[in-house]
Amino acid sequence: MILDIIITSLINGSTYALLAIGFSLIFGVARIVNIAHTAFFMVASYCIYMITRKLGYHPIVGMLVAIPLITLLGLICYKLFIDPIREHEAAVLISTIALAIAFQEIMLLIFTGDYLSVPALIQGYFTVFGAKVFYQQLITFIAALVILGALRLLLMQTKLGLAIRSTAQDREVANLMGMNESRVAMITMGISVALAGFTGAVVVPLTTVNPFMWLHPLIMMMAVVVLGGLGSIKGSFFAAYILGFAEAAVVFLIPMGAFLKGSVALSVMILVLLIRPEGLFGVAFEEER
Amino acid sequence: MKNLKSLLVIILAFFLIVTFCFPAWGAKTIKIGVIGPMQFVQGKGHWNGATMAAEEINARGGVKVGDKKMKIEIVKADSNEFLSMTDATNAMELLLTRHKVDFVVGGFRSEAVFAMQDIAMDYKKIFIGCGASHSKLCLRVAEDYDRYKYWFRGTPFNEKFLGRTALIQLATIGAILKKSLNIPKVKVAIVAEKAMWVEPMIAATKGFIPKVGMEVAGVWQPSQAATDVTAELSAIQRAEPHVIFTIFSASVGVSFARQAGELNIPAVLAGINVEAQKDGFWEATQGKGNYVFTMNTYARGVETNELTKPFVDKYIKRFGEVPPYTASTYEAIVYTLVPAIEMTGTLDADRLVKVMEAREFKTPGGKVSYLKDEQGRPLHELKWGPGYMTSLGVQWQDGKLVGVWPNKWVAAKGAPEVTYKGIVPFKIPPSMIEKYK
Repeated sequence: MILDIIITSLINGSTYALLAIGFSLIFGVARIVNIAHTAFFMVASYCIYMITRKLGYHPIVGMLVAIPLITLLGLICYKLFIDPIREHEAAVLISTIALAIAFQEIMLLIFTGDYLSVPALIQGYFTVFGAKVFYQQLITFIAALVILGALRLLLMQTKLGLAIRSTAQDREVANLMGMNESRVAMITMGISVALAGFTGAVVVPLTTVNPFMWLHPLIMMMAVVVLGGLGSIKGSFFAAYILGFAEAAVVFLIPMGAFLKGSVALSVMILVLLIRPEGLFGVAFEEER
Repeated sequence: MKNLKSLLVIILAFFLIVTFCFPAWGAKTIKIGVIGPMQFVQGKGHWNGATMAAEEINARGGVKVGDKKMKIEIVKADSNEFLSMTDATNAMELLLTRHKVDFVVGGFRSEAVFAMQDIAMDYKKIFIGCGASHSKLCLRVAEDYDRYKYWFRGTPFNEKFLGRTALIQLATIGAILKKSLNIPKVKVAIVAEKAMWVEPMIAATKGFIPKVGMEVAGVWQPSQAATDVTAELSAIQRAEPHVIFTIFSASVGVSFARQAGELNIPAVLAGINVEAQKDGFWEATQGKGNYVFTMNTYARGVETNELTKPFVDKYIKRFGEVPPYTASTYEAIVYTLVPAIEMTGTLDADRLVKVMEAREFKTPGGKVSYLKDEQGRPLHELKWGPGYMTSLGVQWQDGKLVGVWPNKWVAAKGAPEVTYKGIVPFKIPPSMIEKYK
């Protein structure tokens, strides 16, 4: 059973990690709490559904088309709804909630509330110590690791990464040093939304596509980000697997309480925060940023 | 001259008023509110069934109310009850206060229908429920008749009868597995979504399984909106059940069936899975829902009585799919309301209730008769059993949803066998045959 729990938590955690990394990135750099992050993930899922099921293309084509489209949509939304009010964090928060609900209602109007699905990139499963694992789940796990590695490379080895990091540390000083802080924020938003789109592409074959599919991941993603430490990508990564583990443990240890897995995971988050309020990898005081 | 002009203006105004108002006087209609989650398959079923009923009745001239004929006008109200109870109550208020409907049909989630029921009762309007199964909805009629007598159950029968039917179907499948695969003791995993209506069913199922020589392998309760149940499926697989008895009315039914199919779990998925009743289930599960069995009301080619085929065929022709059970708004209007109105010659709710509760009549889903409680008080609850409403057992067989139950069903010792026209044999999933034979 322990092996089952570990395997399941690695798989669940990967989905949360993929979502939380993108969310953390934009929060860390531009202080934007983008509630619509998982809504972009939902729109990407519908996009892939259209390309694969309605137009009949391979899921890879769906991914290749959906990710740039969602990134473009994210950038347009940033320019129209976030950038003009960026200095007011509460306004940004409300604006992105409205954006997410608007996406949900648009999808509901177009596709109704029917539950839809998308084929996997690789069909089938393999067995590890008696536990069956879908190839698609393995792809998700590998994707989470690759994305983390790629982001690390981008942030540590490129000029853009340097700009992003310096903006994250101190926006004003970065601006004074000649960096176009607004542009950096926009590029980061693009990367963040592209990550949401990529997550949608990788995860959508494992789930059902519906206009409300963004809500549960949003709650879990927020929990992951808070637990890992707001704005800490490394923290988000580890926190995702901790909450994934908590969820898996509930399902295996309390089968009749499987519906409580989300609540238990959130309780773990609260418990950790009581002991370490800044989260696992967060900065203790705002002034230290 | 001035007087003549004034006279002309008055005459013109009179004609204008007469022209615009007279058609409205002449077009007095019977307004029926159709309430349901309209963005979802359940609400679409409500609306489609009511649309078909209104079109059919209006095409034959309308409803005879006393000495005049009145057309039916249906009013759509999106209850959005999956997401918001407030939206559901607001939708009902809107129907009754703004649209001033004469009757209401629909409703789906028991939790929301309780609240809607109270509002309809406040306005003394007949409300025929076409979706919620909770027995308390009808118990209220017996307990406070004067207030709740305007409520009638249209479909489905209550959760006790639903449970009884599902358990009879489970016992039938258990017997088939035992006989065909030589399984000495069939193990059953109970998997139910977390919702109000399933709790009594879980208790009943746990009690019933040992009585028919089977064994409970465990109980799992995922969230009704769970989109990934691989963790639950891994745990279920460890228990090695032969039958996975599902009690699902929400989206989890799609995720569960699809992932169980993808994992090729050697077990029969049986029970209640509302999503599996839909034609879209095959596509939603990408064919992985093959051999899933569920209770249902209608199926292509299956005839409960002589009224079933014309209704199902017409519905398929009109809307391109088999009617979901919520499409019984058709029955509620065509077979319940309209005959009662024509018999009494009135739209008065109190007079209609007296006639409606005493009637016994056939519908495409079976014969309707309303039950009374042990003290003889009216419940307005549907009677269950052979000759009345029984529902069907349907199974996905290679892309087709076919009827497989009742097939030589003997309801009680000495009772005649029941097999509906169009029923085909139940198929054991090949993964089970491979593992156990």
